[in-house]
Amino acid sequence: MRYLAYVLRRLVATVPVLFGISVIVFFMIHLVPGDPAKTLLGIRATDQAVAALHKSFGLDKPLWQQYLDFMGRLAHGDLGRSFFYNVDASELVSGRLPATLLLVVSATVLALLISVPLAVLAASRRGGALDQAIRAVPLVGLGMPAFWVGIMLVLVFGLKLRLFPVSGFGDDVVGHLRSIVLPALTVALALAPILIRSLRTSMIAVLDSDYIVTARAKGLTHRRIILGHTLRNAAVSSVTVLGVNVAYLVGSTLVVERVFALPGIGTLMLDSIFNRDFAVVQAVTLVFAVMVVTINLLTDLAHAALDPRVELG
Amino acid sequence: MTTEVAPVARRRRLAARRPLRMNVTLAAGLALLGALVLAAIFAPLLTGWDPIKQDLSRSLQDPGNGHLLGTDQLGRDVFARLLYGARTDLRVGALAVFFPFLIGGALGLVAGWRGGWFDLVLMRVVDIVVAIPFFVLVIALVFALGSGTRSIYIAITLVGWVAYARIVRGEVLVAKEQEYALAARASGLPTYRILLRHLLPNVVLQAFVFSMSDIVLSILAIVTLGYLGLGVPQPTPDWGSMIQEGQAFIFTKWYLAAVPGLAVVITGLALALIADGFVHRSARR
Repeated sequence: MRYLAYVLRRLVATVPVLFGISVIVFFMIHLVPGDPAKTLLGIRATDQAVAALHKSFGLDKPLWQQYLDFMGRLAHGDLGRSFFYNVDASELVSGRLPATLLLVVSATVLALLISVPLAVLAASRRGGALDQAIRAVPLVGLGMPAFWVGIMLVLVFGLKLRLFPVSGFGDDVVGHLRSIVLPALTVALALAPILIRSLRTSMIAVLDSDYIVTARAKGLTHRRIILGHTLRNAAVSSVTVLGVNVAYLVGSTLVVERVFALPGIGTLMLDSIFNRDFAVVQAVTLVFAVMVVTINLLTDLAHAALDPRVELG
Repeated sequence: MTTEVAPVARRRRLAARRPLRMNVTLAAGLALLGALVLAAIFAPLLTGWDPIKQDLSRSLQDPGNGHLLGTDQLGRDVFARLLYGARTDLRVGALAVFFPFLIGGALGLVAGWRGGWFDLVLMRVVDIVVAIPFFVLVIALVFALGSGTRSIYIAITLVGWVAYARIVRGEVLVAKEQEYALAARASGLPTYRILLRHLLPNVVLQAFVFSMSDIVLSILAIVTLGYLGLGVPQPTPDWGSMIQEGQAFIFTKWYLAAVPGLAVVITGLALALIADGFVHRSARR
C-alpha cells in the first residue's frame, strides 16, 4: 500500500517536469532569429511555403494562444505534421522508435556486462595493479567521442574482421540483432566508464561495511563474499547509477544512429534538421525527453522495490 | 573583528607558506594540456602548411613527402589542420564552459543562500532541463539558432548552467551552516560580501573541478556538432569535421578519421587527470 502511494506520488511529480519540457520544446521555434518561417525554410522558400508554416505553427496568433493550441494538439497525441514527408510526425516517430528502443536496451545490457565485472575486479583488488588499470579506463573513456568510437568499431569489426554489418537495421529479427551489435557496443563503451567509476566506489563502500567484516570474520571465502553479499547491493546501486546516466545514454544514441545509418528517431531528427522539418525536430526532442523522464521514473520505482532502505514515506 | 579572520583567509596564508603540493596525476594532466595548448598556440612554428589552402593535385597523399600525416581529399595538410583544429576546439570548448560556470554558479549561490521560492523555482527549472538529453537539446538549439560558434556558445550555456547551479547550491547549503558563515552573518556584513568573500572561495572548488570534465563534454559537443555539419563553419579546421571528412575514406586512409579522434581522446585524458588530481589534492587537505 505504501509502495502504491509512492508510485502515485512519483507519477504526480513528473507532471510539472513534463509541463516544463513542453514549454521548452514549444519555445524552440521562437529562438529562431528573424521570421522563424523564413529562416527555417531558407532563402529559396516560396511565399506559399512560408505562409503554410505560419499557419501550421500558428505564428500569427498571440503567444499564449499558440502555446494552448500546441498543448491541445499534444493532448490528442498530435505531434505536428512533417513538411518534408507530408505525414503526421507521430506516425514517423512511432515507425522509427523500435530501432532506438532496441539500441537503448541492448546498449544498457552491454554496458552492464562490461562494467559490473570490471568494477567488481577493481574493488576486490583495491590499490593493486589491476585496480589502477581499471581506474584508468574512465580517464581515457570519458573523452572518447561516441561517433568516433563507432567509426573505429566499423573499421575493426565491420571492414577488417567482417563480423557484423556496418550499417542499416537488417530485414528480420536475426538481421536486427546482428545490426544492433556495433551501435550498442558503441553506446555501451561511452556509458561504461561512468558506470565503472560509480560502481567501483559503491562496491568499496559495501566492502568496508560492518556486515562484510562480519562475513570475513565468519571465515567466508572472498569469492562468496563478493558474489553472495556484495554484488546484490552493487546491483541496487547499479540501477540508480544507470538511472542517473540515462539521459546521457539516450542522448548518445542520436549520433551513433547516424554513424550506423540505423533507422531510429535520432537519425530521423538529424535528417529533419537538414530537411528543415521543424515539427519533426520538435516531436523527436519531446519524445527523447519523455523517454528520459519515463526511464528515470522506472529506475526510481525499481530502486524503491529492490532496496528496503529507501524511504517511501 | 573576528569574522574578518575567516578560515579561507587563514588557509590561504598557510598555503602561501607551503610549497605548492603537486600530485603525479595533476602534474601529468597539466603537462599534457600544456603541451596541447602550446602546440595550438605555436602551430605556425610547427608546420609551414596552410590548414585552409586547397591543392587538388596533392589530394589524399600518404604520410611523408613533407606531409607528416598526409593530405586530405582537398589536398590540405592533415597535421596542419590537426594543430589549427586544436586552436578552434580548445578555445571554443573552454569558452563554452565559462558562461555556464558564471551564470549557473551565481544562480546556485543565491538559491542556496536565500532558499525560499527562488530556490524552489530554480531547482524545478533544473529538473526540467536535465530531463532533456544534453546532445539532443544542444543539437536542437543550434538548429534553431543557426549553426556557428555563437550558437554553440548560446546552446551550451542554455543547457550547461544547470550542473553548476546544482553543485554550487549544494555546497552553499552546507557552507552556510558553518561557524564562519554564521559569524559573518551575525556580524551584520552585507550579503554580497558574505557571498563573494566568505562563501564563494569555499564552494567554488567543486564547481571548478567539475568544469574540467565539463570542458571535455563541451569539446565532445563541439566535435559532434562539427561531425554533423552543424559546428564551426568550414573551412575553419575542427576535429569533428575532420573525422566526418575522413570517414568517407575509412577503407583506404583510416588514419584520416582516427587521428583527429585520438586528439580529442588525449585532450579529454589531460582534463580528466587535472580534475582527478584536484580531487585527490582537496581530499588530502
